[in-house]
Amino acid sequence: MYTHNTDLLVIGAGLSGERIAVEAAQAGFSVICLSIVPARRSHSSAAQGGMQAALGNCALGENDHPDVHFADTVKGSDWGCDQEVARMFANTAPIEMRRLAHWGVPWNRVVAGTSFYFKGGEKFEKTEAKEKAGLITARSFGGTAKWRTCYTSDGTGHAVMCTMDNKCAELGIAVLDRKEAIALIHDGQKCMGAVVRCLRTGRLETYLATATAICSGGFGRLYAATTNAIICDGGAAAMALDTGLVPIGNPEAIQFHPTGIVPTEILVTEGCRGDGGTLLDVHEERFMHIYEPQKAELASRDVVARRMLEHIRAGHGVPSAYGEHLWLDIRHLGDEHISTKLREVDEICQNFLGVDPRTQLIPVRPTQHYTMAGIRTNKTGAAYGLKGLFSAGEAACWDMHGFNRLGGNSLAETVVAGGIIGRYVVDYLKNTDLCFSSALVKAELARQQERIDDLMASRLGKENVYAVRKDMQEALTEGCFVFRNAQGLQRCVHILEEVLDRAGKIGLASNGLGANHELGAALKIQGQVRLALCVATAALARTESRGSHNREDYPDRNDAQWLNRTLAYWPQDNRAPKLEYEEATPYFEIPPGDRGYGGGSIIPADAEKIAAKTMQNQE
Amino acid sequence: MARTLTFEIFRYNPAIPEQKPQMQCFTLAETANMTLFIALNRLREEQDPSLVFDFCCRAGICGSCGMVVNGRPRLACQTKTADLPERIILLPLPVFKLVGDLSVDTGVWFRDMYQKTRSWIHTKKAFDSDQEEERMDNAVAEQIYELERCVECGCCIAACGTARMRDDFLGAASLNRIARFALDPRDERTDQDYFEIIGNDYGIFGCMGLLACEDVCPKHLPLQNQLGFLRRKMGITALKQLFRKSSCAS
Repeated sequence: MYTHNTDLLVIGAGLSGERIAVEAAQAGFSVICLSIVPARRSHSSAAQGGMQAALGNCALGENDHPDVHFADTVKGSDWGCDQEVARMFANTAPIEMRRLAHWGVPWNRVVAGTSFYFKGGEKFEKTEAKEKAGLITARSFGGTAKWRTCYTSDGTGHAVMCTMDNKCAELGIAVLDRKEAIALIHDGQKCMGAVVRCLRTGRLETYLATATAICSGGFGRLYAATTNAIICDGGAAAMALDTGLVPIGNPEAIQFHPTGIVPTEILVTEGCRGDGGTLLDVHEERFMHIYEPQKAELASRDVVARRMLEHIRAGHGVPSAYGEHLWLDIRHLGDEHISTKLREVDEICQNFLGVDPRTQLIPVRPTQHYTMAGIRTNKTGAAYGLKGLFSAGEAACWDMHGFNRLGGNSLAETVVAGGIIGRYVVDYLKNTDLCFSSALVKAELARQQERIDDLMASRLGKENVYAVRKDMQEALTEGCFVFRNAQGLQRCVHILEEVLDRAGKIGLASNGLGANHELGAALKIQGQVRLALCVATAALARTESRGSHNREDYPDRNDAQWLNRTLAYWPQDNRAPKLEYEEATPYFEIPPGDRGYGGGSIIPADAEKIAAKTMQNQE
Repeated sequence: MARTLTFEIFRYNPAIPEQKPQMQCFTLAETANMTLFIALNRLREEQDPSLVFDFCCRAGICGSCGMVVNGRPRLACQTKTADLPERIILLPLPVFKLVGDLSVDTGVWFRDMYQKTRSWIHTKKAFDSDQEEERMDNAVAEQIYELERCVECGCCIAACGTARMRDDFLGAASLNRIARFALDPRDERTDQDYFEIIGNDYGIFGCMGLLACEDVCPKHLPLQNQLGFLRRKMGITALKQLFRKSSCAS
């Protein structure tokens, strides 16, 4: 038995995981980070946009303040977030950006003088102050009140990931790649570490730890079409859910994007439509104006995605080997515009499709993008249900995003939450003495080995894991996508229940030896289907529309009934999740209001109740 | 269109040492806009689930999927089958330890490199959360980022003549890492410090100048410029050392 002991075990070595690791190592604790891929290949590195922080250094960010950032975040969440957490985030973000600068991130800096920028196709002038030259600058991103998004050219996530991983190397933190956690070790009260499959040898190992932090990113790969990296498959979230004790917060809160390329679903920016790009159907005719006469292609992200799907369902999609899609047309924008302002789009089309967008149409369809949903934690990052278990980043529902995440807030969350939660983890480690039961560890290890043996010998059935996975992905994509209704969701739940049965009867077609991928997929499929059922069941239960959760049959935001957070548990041996609810926020700094976009009316909550929970003006 | 592609793929599973390494043939109907990411996943899901290869971001950002495609190291995710002949030969990257089939262990190699190059900012200054950040010229920040774009795919190492002959050669990715820190005003290391790391045959003086590293770099990093820059810088440092030694001796 390969057993490792450490103070802190981090599952997932992306930005939030490594940030927590750094905090613990600096306080003198031993840390092991486990990752499916080498740390720098984590999905954090794919985030290109940037990190929101109210530094207020650039001209169009002048007079920015954490208060303004906080307000943007709360509105963005459609009042679904925990306002205490959003406040901690907004206040800490500027300090964290400066810390990253000290550690080595090559942030773009303020350049003094006059320059031009474009907004809605129009040209404007701005002048950067001399006294701010050389400070961290920001760009406009995600419809915020101020230019607040700190960035490094077109690779913010990559650059910050390099710096964070360098910091881990400097501190001598053990960052081990090709290690996949498959089960938590716990006694019903406390988490003691994890059983881990080595993806080099296929062997099981155990990691015992006083504190365990799950920082494994989102779970977009539950959907058939997602912008997420293939490792964002929900394996670790499902592992937490499988304990029967730890809930997933707001599983129905999932964000989508209208234009992923087909196949591979790499994002092309919404700037294409902003700049005059159009959407075409199988007849190469525009259609958005039929559904949205006023705004056509410029309607909001969710509306465009919904209309695209409606149009495909009406039989106007373009058939392809990868399913139906539509066309994005930017040919008329011309070579100069495409080569300069849409260079990234040009490169994606050339590199991944072999399409020249100057002369050819780009195949696109709506795609899953971000999970606000995640392992529910309190403000210290401690997971509900098990002591010693923490979670941060996209994996967690901490919950600063509520029902809609702002662009630039998710990447910032990784490091800001990682820092804050890292300090709470240190407190926990200082005050905790953990006794491990070797019988418990051996029992969990034996249970996992038995699962592997069953799969390799096809003892429970002969279902093909890839076929089962595909059916799960298609069910969720069909029934629980951008716009949802009772009929579609009921069907989705029903199909997923059948898929879950089949997921328990997988048998391997290959021998499963060594770095075998099929075995890895088979070990997590049941947990993934359970997670998918949490998403669909919670979406069916929430009879309102809030943020990214859009119910066609309940278009209003219903604060009277639904100003709350879903907690989805999977009690052991259950065939369905158990849903509970808690108040969205301990108090309101900003009482519920209209966020000013997204449409739909609001059914207000009881005014007295809201007033009683609203903070009085600070002196 | 509608070609039938023939894939010849290197197969070896170290967990079954009694099975000898071999090339295995697969055929697949080509579809529109197909990349090797699409093709290899179809082969695994539809034909042989034991096939081992690595992908992660599948968008040319993470560097997981370096392999030798028809004789050339490259990222599989941004290789379109339409740009390849009907017969496609796939081999794992050389130099790195084999995990299985097309998958190699770049993770351990690069973590070792971080320690060899001491790949972090060396500064005696402590972070002060109350202070404004230290200022930096934007042009310098952009130059640093230009070199930080390396995705550690290992293509430059696999294509390097010296690295193929000697295991201890640092290779272009590592030397580029040194160049990145040498450029950074926050790093207090001197030329002498860098000379300790790369002023030798397994460092900058081991490079034979064959240029393949830059030819195969999927991020088009200016590797030859950086190697040239370091060679000059380290050459001058060596001369200074020699001069200092001889003046001490006299």
